Amino acid sequence: MANLKRRTLDWLNERMGSDGIEEFLRHKRVPIHRHTVWYYFGGMALFLFIIQVLTGILLLMYYRPTASGAFESVQFIMTQVQFGWLIRSIHSWSANLMILIVFIHMFSVFFMKAYRKPRELTWVSGMLLFFIVLAFGFSGYLLPWNTLAFFATKVGTDMAGFTPFAGKWIVEFLRGGDQVTGATLTRFFGFHVAVLPGIATLLLAFHLLLVQKLGMSVPPGVEKEIEDGHLPERSMPFFPNFLLRDIMGWYGALGVLGALAAIFPWELGVKANPFGSAPAGIRPEWYFLFMYQTLKYLPSKVSFIDGELLGLMLFGFAGAVWVIVPFLDYKAGFGRITRFFSGLGMFVLGYIIVLSCLAIF
Amino acid sequence: MMAQSDSGKPDEGARESKVDTGRRWVNLVLGTGIVATIASFIYPAVRYVIPPPVSESSNLSVVAAKVGELKNNAAKVFRFGSEPAILIRTADGNYRAFTAVCTHLGCTVQYRADLHEVWCPCHNGMYDLQGRNVSGPPPRPLAQYQVHIQGEDIVVVRNA
Repeated sequence: MANLKRRTLDWLNERMGSDGIEEFLRHKRVPIHRHTVWYYFGGMALFLFIIQVLTGILLLMYYRPTASGAFESVQFIMTQVQFGWLIRSIHSWSANLMILIVFIHMFSVFFMKAYRKPRELTWVSGMLLFFIVLAFGFSGYLLPWNTLAFFATKVGTDMAGFTPFAGKWIVEFLRGGDQVTGATLTRFFGFHVAVLPGIATLLLAFHLLLVQKLGMSVPPGVEKEIEDGHLPERSMPFFPNFLLRDIMGWYGALGVLGALAAIFPWELGVKANPFGSAPAGIRPEWYFLFMYQTLKYLPSKVSFIDGELLGLMLFGFAGAVWVIVPFLDYKAGFGRITRFFSGLGMFVLGYIIVLSCLAIF
Repeated sequence: MMAQSDSGKPDEGARESKVDTGRRWVNLVLGTGIVATIASFIYPAVRYVIPPPVSESSNLSVVAAKVGELKNNAAKVFRFGSEPAILIRTADGNYRAFTAVCTHLGCTVQYRADLHEVWCPCHNGMYDLQGRNVSGPPPRPLAQYQVHIQGEDIVVVRNA
């Protein structure tokens, strides 16, 4: 056995230099300190993404992206196909868990200032991935073609129309016309299963390559304690030690997912009627609630400017600042403690939590 | 792979010959757990990929054409459940209906007015007007359906 394994590895090594790959994997070490737990969230997001890809491929085998067939095909999956309810419920639950984990990953990276030099591009690619994940959520939400999805898409795409100058064009591009119709559904299906996965895969490869190459960032506070000799410098190899711990976490996540999908299968709702009225109490998915609630509070006119437009401009600006934060907080790169940015992060996190709660209750 | 994990620790090469039963037990439990887990994903996925049977009632009747639509010595392929079927009006004005799926490799057959026979263009198979396979590769006759004329409609019926 041992001989066979050795010979297989030698054979591969001769052909693709796998010793180099192994060397590349072995060179990364994961620091051990009181914040090590936050290092697990990126891998968890990756795991849930893989679940999405696998269950998504399965759903593709029965799903039909047309206004007359979409709802029925999802219904068919939920009621006729063996384990169809399970596959679709896991896809929906895993999508929501992934978004939650991605939020946690983003904020933990922010507070640990892991975006500091030389990891600026890791942060920027991560933020782009974050937007892609939201776009996955938004485009996938329409696909079952139920009432809630239909109106959420109507409202969501309508907002894109507030973009200065290009608004009308963007709405037409997203909807494939001036209304949400079967053309929109087919288009969103294309985004969801082809365009977004393509972009996501490239960004993800870049993001992971950087993480592997640059290694894990140690928070400035811990770094200082180690320098001052108050804390011993401890670490473990990423491969295989940390990865095995990662896999334990994934195993747990799989159990949670299976339980959620089995106990609370995802609802399908009522087929969309484009000429019916919107149901009462309609609101977007939880990860868009803080924006939805903000827009609700804004008056229709703030001096000369539309309240909606002002709100969306503020969110656009905040998002842009968030993406370039490593360049704004460049002082942290020299190991300086920059309390302003930590405060900013606390404010943003608090804002999202409070506004989301206000929208729910 | 599980049997290999002992050699994972390079500094314990000397102990390799003496297998630790405790570790062996842990490997067995872990290995069984992993196999069971993988099986539990693969089983639903495999079952999911197998499509559920499309419910098609064994009794089927379809309006294939209107009276007067077909001239003598002519035919028409129509949709019969999920498959094509062929309605033939013979030279003497009788109606016949068969499945239009060739018994050889499943091509859709057509009526040859010049030969008074049913012809499969894929491999030059021939059936007579009783649906019998008379030449070429088809191994079996075409299944025949009943034809009823109900008012203006020509109804084709398959019984269980």
